[in-house]
Amino acid sequence: MAEEIKTLSSQLAQDPDSLVFLRLGELLRMKGQLDAAQRVAVTGLDRHPHLPDAHDLFARILADKHDYERAFDEWDMALRIAPDHVGALKGLAFLYFKVGDLAQAAAHLEAAQRVAPADASIAQALAMARGGESPPSPTAPEGEGEPVALPASDAPTERAPPPPPPGAAQPLEEARVFAGLEGAQEGLLLLDAAGRVLGGALKDPGGRDVTDAVAAYLAGVSQEAARTAKLLALGRWTGVAAEGNGGHVHLTAPTGDALLLVVRDRAVPMGRLAIIAQRAAVAARRWLEKHA
Amino acid sequence: MTTAPANYTRALDLVTRVRGVRGAMLVSADDGIIVAEQLMEGIKGPAVAALAASLATRLRRAMEAAGVGASLFWHLQAEQGALLVVPTAGGTLVVAVAEPDVNVGLVRLELLRAGEVVG
Repeated sequence: MAEEIKTLSSQLAQDPDSLVFLRLGELLRMKGQLDAAQRVAVTGLDRHPHLPDAHDLFARILADKHDYERAFDEWDMALRIAPDHVGALKGLAFLYFKVGDLAQAAAHLEAAQRVAPADASIAQALAMARGGESPPSPTAPEGEGEPVALPASDAPTERAPPPPPPGAAQPLEEARVFAGLEGAQEGLLLLDAAGRVLGGALKDPGGRDVTDAVAAYLAGVSQEAARTAKLLALGRWTGVAAEGNGGHVHLTAPTGDALLLVVRDRAVPMGRLAIIAQRAAVAARRWLEKHA
Repeated sequence: MTTAPANYTRALDLVTRVRGVRGAMLVSADDGIIVAEQLMEGIKGPAVAALAASLATRLRRAMEAAGVGASLFWHLQAEQGALLVVPTAGGTLVVAVAEPDVNVGLVRLELLRAGEVVG
């Protein structure tokens, strides 16, 4: 494997646009060199942002790093580009299972099965999901005694990520802003028209709670955005995206009066922030309906 | 059309030459008054400038409170167009009004260049 990595690295250096980064990133991931794998994947994504396999690769690396929120985003992105991407369907199924959403897990596995009916591992994973039994990580090896389920790629893996600790579903559920607004305590805020906090919370990069200060400044933004759009005859406003020195911000109105704020560091591209905000807005609307 | 120094005109030209841009303005961030503009007829410049300045102030304060630093660029997205804004270090907002299918990345780039011209 080391020799192949060396060869692929050399090929990639000679031709940075080459797709060998997919294999190179996967090999590095399998060797456990996750930071190196991530660099390769991110560089590849910069050059091939619409390649679903690149998003799938990045998602598997993130899943190995237990960065499930971003892994979800990457698999979701892969599916947006290629709705039948089996790796992404299996990856999302795994993440849904982790947060206890068995119906979504099964639905994604069923979709994967329709695309790849001969893949026995999907049927097994589906049976496990329906039985409430935990399937292994989508990046786990098909090892001895390990149920063969949810392998994320066609390439065999050699390295298992550390097993999730008991109750591992909770951090994912909290991190996934679209899974429940009340759980997102760092970068998601739902406000009413007067700037009162309805859900979520915000912390600055130093970990200090800045929820109330930010909420106060945002009071009235929704109305001003609406007035500006009306004056310019632009129709309904759908969002405000802002780029800062140290992070990105996206504002949207999940309902007429409410305002939703998503904040992430600069590593998260504005496009992905918009997707996170869209999902959060759906969750916010549900939450607001439930609490109306 | 407001009479403006040559560098203001040059800054606005950078922005308005982008396909899909309906107009551009330089606005005082403090009071929301138009410093220079090249807007298509029918756009209510003074009112839009005042609202853009108010939104810019709120966003800047919120972003600073959130610890993400000063706003470098922001973009109000709407169903039938967009308002794109770059605040300059000198307290001016470079504002563009654009069609929905405008190349946002290109407008952002030209707004930033215009911001450098204005200072």
